[in-house]
Amino acid sequence: MALSEKQSPMSVQVGDALPERELTPDNVQLFLYNAALWNAHRIHFDEPYTREVEGYPGLVIAGPMLGDWLNQCVEEWLGDHGRLVSIEYSNRAATYIGETLTSGGTVIEVDPASGSVRVEVFIKNADGEVVTPGVATAVLGAA
Amino acid sequence: MTSLLSDELLANIGRQSTPHRELVTRRDIRKYAIATGNRQRKYLDGDQAPPMFHVALFWDVVELDELTPDGVSIDSLLPRFPLERAMAGGLKIDYFKPVYPGDWLTATRTLTNIYEKHGRSGPLIFYEVDMQIVNDAGEPVIREQTTRILR
Repeated sequence: MALSEKQSPMSVQVGDALPERELTPDNVQLFLYNAALWNAHRIHFDEPYTREVEGYPGLVIAGPMLGDWLNQCVEEWLGDHGRLVSIEYSNRAATYIGETLTSGGTVIEVDPASGSVRVEVFIKNADGEVVTPGVATAVLGAA
Repeated sequence: MTSLLSDELLANIGRQSTPHRELVTRRDIRKYAIATGNRQRKYLDGDQAPPMFHVALFWDVVELDELTPDGVSIDSLLPRFPLERAMAGGLKIDYFKPVYPGDWLTATRTLTNIYEKHGRSGPLIFYEVDMQIVNDAGEPVIREQTTRILR
């Protein structure tokens, strides 16, 4: 569950799960994302090109959008009770429009002295395969 | 084993981009927050920029004739590598200061490393780019380190 007023930040423990979120990006969302970036790579909007020329099974979800969802996963968990300090992740496998993805994570380290926590985060596909693993560091306390 | 990386190619390590200064606007924050499915009001309203907004802010705005037929813009920081198929990459981002509409941010990118490894399926080339983002007072706001793999 998300950190709440009742839960002291210091009660965060290794093994705590971050709330999971189901993600079902569609063509419209992928289009708007790449338009916001000025990214014209055809694999994100031109389905015949993507299938026939690049050989992908469908439109490819942009890698940094998956990374953004990891950031959102940590920030939604923190709420107003902490600040995201850093994140690292890698795009291990491609994902396609039509897939249902899940974001989530687990606390892997807590330093009560500094209020620093490390969380392992993930985006999984419908088969449960982690396509985008990451690790984030946050500092607990008022954001 | 012969190396794919010539001295001439390796001489590109340390190459730096021209600093790129951009204005953060409420409208651009809102577009980015909405497109990424963000659920926090402060971002959807554009009161503050969400993490990774800098990806959109500093994506190269290139003209149509600068795009390849597949719609990609050529990264002028990079030399021509002997391997061209891009594989998975990794990112590390440090957030030092929050970003608000009205902020002017300047990004400078440096090609910090080029090296090769031999995987089971053949040689791989790795390169690393370090992007430092500062505000007009010169204070660090965001640092992004990217590693990309070519095969």
